[in-house]
Amino acid sequence: MDDLLNEFLTETFESIEVVDVELVELEKDPNNKSVLDNIFRLVHTIKGTCGFLGLPRLESVAHSGENVLGKFRDGEMEVTPEAVTLILKALDRIKEILEGLEETQEEPAGDDSEIIDQLNAMAAGEAAPAAKVEEEPVVVVEEERPTVPGEVTLDELEAAFLAAPGPDDEDPADEPAASGRMESIGGAETVAVISHLFHNRINSDATLKALLQGADLRASKKAVEDFFTASIEAEKCADDKVEVSFANFINAGIAEDQFYNTTVHLESVLEEVGLSSIDAEFVKELYNQSSEKMLGAAKKKAAPAEKKPEAAKKAGSAKEGSIANQSIRVNVDVLDNLMNMVSELVLTRNQLMQISRRAGDNDFDIPLQRLSQCTTELQEGVMKTRMQPIGNAWSKLPRIIRDLQMELGKKIDLQMLGAETELDRQVLELIKDPLTHMIRNSADHGIEKVEDRIAVGKKETGTIRLNAFHEGGQIIIEISDDGAGLSVEKLKAKALKNELATEEEIAEMSDQQIQRFIFHAGFSTAAKVTSVSGRGVGMDVVRTNIEKIGGTIELKSTEGKGTTFFIKIPLTLAIVSALIVESGDERFAIPQISVLELVRASSDSMHTIEYINSTPVLRLRDRLLPLLHLNKILGFETDEEIVEAQQEASHEDFIIITQVGDFTFGIVVDRVFDTEEIVVKPVAPILRDLTVFSGNTILGDGTVIMILDPNGIATEANEAMSDIADQRGDDEEESLVSNFDDKEAILLFRAGGDTKRAVPLSLVSRLEEVDVSRIEISEGTKMVQYRGKLMPLVMINDQYEIRSEGRQPMLVFTDDEKSMGVIVDEISDIKEDTINVELESKAIGQLGTAIIDGEATEVIDIAYYFEKTFNNWQLGAETAEVESKPKRKNILIVDDSTFFLNLLKPLLATAGYNVTIASTANEALELREKGYEFDLIVSDIDMPEMDGYAFAEEVREAGEWQETPMVALSAHSSEKRFARGREAGFDNYVEKLDRDTLLKAIEEQIADQETAA
Amino acid sequence: MEELNKYDYVTIWLDGQMCGIPVLEVHDVLSKQAITEIPLSPAAVAGVLNLRGQIVTAIDLRKRLNLEDREDNSEEMNIVVEYQNEPYSLIIDRVGDVLSLSEESFEKNPVTLEACWQNVSTGIFRLDEDLLVILDIEKLLSFGEAKAAA
Repeated sequence: MDDLLNEFLTETFESIEVVDVELVELEKDPNNKSVLDNIFRLVHTIKGTCGFLGLPRLESVAHSGENVLGKFRDGEMEVTPEAVTLILKALDRIKEILEGLEETQEEPAGDDSEIIDQLNAMAAGEAAPAAKVEEEPVVVVEEERPTVPGEVTLDELEAAFLAAPGPDDEDPADEPAASGRMESIGGAETVAVISHLFHNRINSDATLKALLQGADLRASKKAVEDFFTASIEAEKCADDKVEVSFANFINAGIAEDQFYNTTVHLESVLEEVGLSSIDAEFVKELYNQSSEKMLGAAKKKAAPAEKKPEAAKKAGSAKEGSIANQSIRVNVDVLDNLMNMVSELVLTRNQLMQISRRAGDNDFDIPLQRLSQCTTELQEGVMKTRMQPIGNAWSKLPRIIRDLQMELGKKIDLQMLGAETELDRQVLELIKDPLTHMIRNSADHGIEKVEDRIAVGKKETGTIRLNAFHEGGQIIIEISDDGAGLSVEKLKAKALKNELATEEEIAEMSDQQIQRFIFHAGFSTAAKVTSVSGRGVGMDVVRTNIEKIGGTIELKSTEGKGTTFFIKIPLTLAIVSALIVESGDERFAIPQISVLELVRASSDSMHTIEYINSTPVLRLRDRLLPLLHLNKILGFETDEEIVEAQQEASHEDFIIITQVGDFTFGIVVDRVFDTEEIVVKPVAPILRDLTVFSGNTILGDGTVIMILDPNGIATEANEAMSDIADQRGDDEEESLVSNFDDKEAILLFRAGGDTKRAVPLSLVSRLEEVDVSRIEISEGTKMVQYRGKLMPLVMINDQYEIRSEGRQPMLVFTDDEKSMGVIVDEISDIKEDTINVELESKAIGQLGTAIIDGEATEVIDIAYYFEKTFNNWQLGAETAEVESKPKRKNILIVDDSTFFLNLLKPLLATAGYNVTIASTANEALELREKGYEFDLIVSDIDMPEMDGYAFAEEVREAGEWQETPMVALSAHSSEKRFARGREAGFDNYVEKLDRDTLLKAIEEQIADQETAA
Repeated sequence: MEELNKYDYVTIWLDGQMCGIPVLEVHDVLSKQAITEIPLSPAAVAGVLNLRGQIVTAIDLRKRLNLEDREDNSEEMNIVVEYQNEPYSLIIDRVGDVLSLSEESFEKNPVTLEACWQNVSTGIFRLDEDLLVILDIEKLLSFGEAKAAA
């Protein structure tokens, strides 16, 4: 019973999935007969099997659903979205019951009367009006059509009906016995289905199609049905009916081999409708008995059609193979087991090959080669058995899209290409959910509402396209939509808000890099959360899942045009190609798929590992790559030991450039061996929490080695970095004005004497070392040719000098087009800390002294040097104005977002202003009480407690600041808000992330103020 | 037969202490094996080894029971057991005999026994010359989970 039930469950689940898809198809194309037939057949099979297994709940739901479908099929009812929704609902119920059944082996208790009633009402009540509409055109068609030779005319049909002893005509005495057989077969209904399907099969078989050419299918079906009904009831072939019922076959001159082919179809139909083998045998026998009569009658008419069967004969024998049932169901466990054994075989083969190679030429070579080849073929073969078309993972999608269309009021066309592309079932399982999620996303966020689409001149119906294909041992899946695309601006704002990047970083990023932000955790671009998606736990999970199976995901999006995702996944997980490397005298494997390139670094090669303090980096094609020493990650060596080893003359390192998400980094290893096909085996549970390993494997020489997980290594490295930041968090002090909660990266350096000096790293655009011979002097200013331009060099005091030989370290600062190099003695370190200026400095060029990393450090005012350098050096009209400023202007910024304050402060400082910040309006007003004076106030609008409007009103009402110009900042800019801001007393209103406008507005306001004064 | 087997133990030696493992739990007894160390793993995990194509995690019982390290590693042996369908190899000093013992000589752990032994032992058999500490495979190997839970 268990086996039977299991089989039933698998089969039914599959069927339901198909029905799901087909129904959606049907809704689109209500007249598609073959789709409808297919649905009807599947539901009927479900019903039939349920009855057989004694599952009354399932049976009754399926039965009611079938009734409605029957009305569709008979054209008595129109296929409406409402009806389809109802049937889908019924299917959902069936699924529910099946799931319960799967868990407990018993049908779960529950009440389905509601849905059954609905279905019945639909079948009965609403059927009537719809029927009229449908019926009429059909009749018209029939009447108008001229009768084709071989077709049964209506009159003939009529005659057939009359001649047939229908159920009504039956002698009541015969009924019990006959109905017994009839009942076990499943009643008249089943016979109707058999006839129906039989016709369909014949119609879809190229060799048999001719038999039904031009025939009135409905009449023919009915006639054949009659034959079977009569025969079954009589328990013998109803000879008298053969000629009438199979008139079409006879007219088309059915030949012996054709007849045989029809029996094959009949057989499969019987199996499909779920007849027991005895009944099936019986029905088949009845049909076979009719052959003599049928063929005889056909022969009489055959003369003109003789050629056709001849041609059909050849095609028929070729086709025969595909008709017979050539597939078997195999339990997945068996396949998995087989796969495991093959994996072992591959390993042993590798081992043997290695031994043989070591032994040199010997007798084993040839048989080994043969063994190797067989193994490879076997591996491929077994792998193939596990392959499933990717369409299996897609089968739910049309339904989902359909439901979404209803829910969201959008029109979406889902196109699925390459559904037959095969991949390992394990991989398939793992990508199912991510794919579904992405499709939902595309439908929900990507495709716009109908009216929005029309407004921008697009087609009403949006398209989502899924395309899968093989490419270079990988499967590529493209998911594209022609929707709104990703808004780079929105993403930028969101990234800033979520503190995923600083404005400086974002400014340097390409649009594509910015779009990749959607793969970060907690990042949802949907303006509002719908029931479908937008909760911000989406694309990051998708990415993690895909990366877990060694895949990658990329995207390309054009705002307004649409978005395309590219997913690359390996064909299989079990056997992968890996690079074998050595670290700390142990060997490790790195999956080839995550290796971008290999770089050899030594003192005599073009690549060398450089250090910022003790952080190793590599220059690779104009990029600075962070490096991770595998020795350090695995605890073989400490930082000091690594640096020490580096100093040895003959030392060389190998760097494996790896990409995890958008983080590209290099893993430094001691040696690189070759690549090997490895069989990935999971590690023991005790070792599961070691994230740097994804598994282990046995190499050709029999040793076990660990497989490194670049993902885990990257996480490990990031954790280590944040640990350092945590340790530094203790000596944080607060001051009223500079209320920095967030730590920032600070570059520490020395320039003249032992004094430590610091500058926020975010302001530094590059660290450079320039050969002193390249430093030139022009008009009394030192400069160097840098990236095709002249860059002035600055000394921050006169206590030190440029080196006389070798390379001179310097910090490069860039603002817009202008770059300036600040010469330093030594770049000492990068620390995560807060800059709290404890002592305001009187000296020019310094902001003051702060405690950084526990030591007093001078914080350099880069803005000062910038101003100084470019005023002296490049006397443009623009800068002349700045020069005329008698002193630096004081600006107060009020904003509740610490992050934003951090962002604005350096920006304005670089532009030459003294900046004071306050994190609430009240804090700002406190400053007023204390008698601070500012040349300009920049205030946020959306703040807790007192918002920007209230703050402005308060300022304007009375007090010292009454005349101070005020600029409002807000993430949302609209005319209304703008007006409101003016009313409250703001002089200007600027969108938050528009730095140029902000700077200009500030400049204007201050200029106005000056002219006014 | 089953009744008899219940009290059959393979005796092993660990730093001079005789211990017993139920004979039915022992899948294999191996001489010293080539072991691949696993960086970052818990101290008691000696590494992984290849047993006829199967990857087996090796646990150093001396480390597991906080005993002193072996001075001479050349003699060490492996006992392969299974825990939660995963093979594990216990590294021990040497293997003694298989003993059939009667229940009468069995006693619970003395309460004063060190906690780390207390945790892995189900009881003690009084033998004529020695005491046989019965080790429980499940308790020996569940340390990873205990750590994860903590």
